[in-house]
Amino acid sequence: MNLELADVTKVYGEGSNEVRALSAVSLKVDTGSLVAVMGPSGSGKSTLLTIAGTLEEPTSGQVLLGGRDVSRLSHNDKARLRRRSIGYVFQDFNLLPGLTALENVSLPLELDGVSAGKARVAARQAMEQLGVADREHHFPDQLSGGERQRVAIARAVVGERSLLLADEPSGALDSTNAEGVMRLVLAACRRGVAAVVVTHDAQLASWADRVVFLRDGRVVDQTTTPPTPESILSSTPQS
Amino acid sequence: MSVRHALLALLSEGPKYGLQLRQEFEARTGDVWPLNVGQVYTTLQRLERDGMVVADGQEEDSQHKGYRITHRGEEELAGWLRTPPDLSSPPRDELVIKVLVAAALSEVDVHEVIQVHRRYLVELMQQWTHLKEDESQVDLGFALVVDAELFRLDSVIRWLDAADGRFKRAAVEGGPAPRLPLPRPRRRMGAST
Repeated sequence: MNLELADVTKVYGEGSNEVRALSAVSLKVDTGSLVAVMGPSGSGKSTLLTIAGTLEEPTSGQVLLGGRDVSRLSHNDKARLRRRSIGYVFQDFNLLPGLTALENVSLPLELDGVSAGKARVAARQAMEQLGVADREHHFPDQLSGGERQRVAIARAVVGERSLLLADEPSGALDSTNAEGVMRLVLAACRRGVAAVVVTHDAQLASWADRVVFLRDGRVVDQTTTPPTPESILSSTPQS
Repeated sequence: MSVRHALLALLSEGPKYGLQLRQEFEARTGDVWPLNVGQVYTTLQRLERDGMVVADGQEEDSQHKGYRITHRGEEELAGWLRTPPDLSSPPRDELVIKVLVAAALSEVDVHEVIQVHRRYLVELMQQWTHLKEDESQVDLGFALVVDAELFRLDSVIRWLDAADGRFKRAAVEGGPAPRLPLPRPRRRMGAST
């Protein structure tokens, strides 16, 4: 499902307390592609993600999901869209501590009215894809950081989700596990999911098909060069 | 990259032929450093002259000649592995100079200059990352080479981010613009000019 932000502005507060978090941001993410949004703290990255995920409303501008203007949807339709089509991955993973890994992953489907049995089958499938199927009965505090993140991604892609939104998805993971996370996000994209990753980390962003640079709430730049491995290898020094 | 020490390292595993040395060198550096035939054989001849390897057999053709590392060669290799490379920064880092000059020129937006470089570096990183995307095509040596390049480029981007932040803070707090660094860079200890 493609995502489009058109001229999105977000203002918090009023008068002298007014804070402009986003100014006329436009962004298009096609189905099957991974876009990274890079910027320093306070540049509006997280606001952009919560608005793209319909968790917040823009002050002005439009959010289009699969070509549909989200602001025209009823409260219930929007909630259904969030449960059914959008997966979120947060920096601190946000797994529910009282539920096992499998219950965490199947929860969004069950909330959406899928039967417990069917939800578990889908959850198990997602966990297998992410290599954490053997952890299904563990509680979050019994999992390593890398495993928690895999479970969080399984929860974000379970079922028929078509938009994946991730806020600093590697959290405090070491570089090997961080690379693993980006491989999983990219694999989801290659299966047809559109994904947005916001990060200040260039190594994470470099996995994206396109990198958009945010500064003071504005898109100031984006990458243009498609990856061409041959050009870089031939320019490598020979001695 | 020292071809000399790489060849000694390969020979420390056991005697090898000239052709074999070239193939193994390329394979283990992830084919990122292609060597020409001449480079391998002139290096082998110098190593032989310096008493670090000895050639076996009577073959004239160095491609099919066998080579063996000597005790002296092993000592040289052990010393090289543990000698830190010269990582002292060059006295005039081109990117640092450009950013400092941009900051000193009132008509130039230093943030825009920084962003031009940041984008270029991220695009380079995208290309390197793309090379390791298909895990089935990536062996350990190649992954290490790609990682080294990614960490190097990443550190430059971090410096740009830090510079960006400093300029932003300085603009809020006021204070003099940085002076042009051009006249005479101060020499650091250990750095060559």
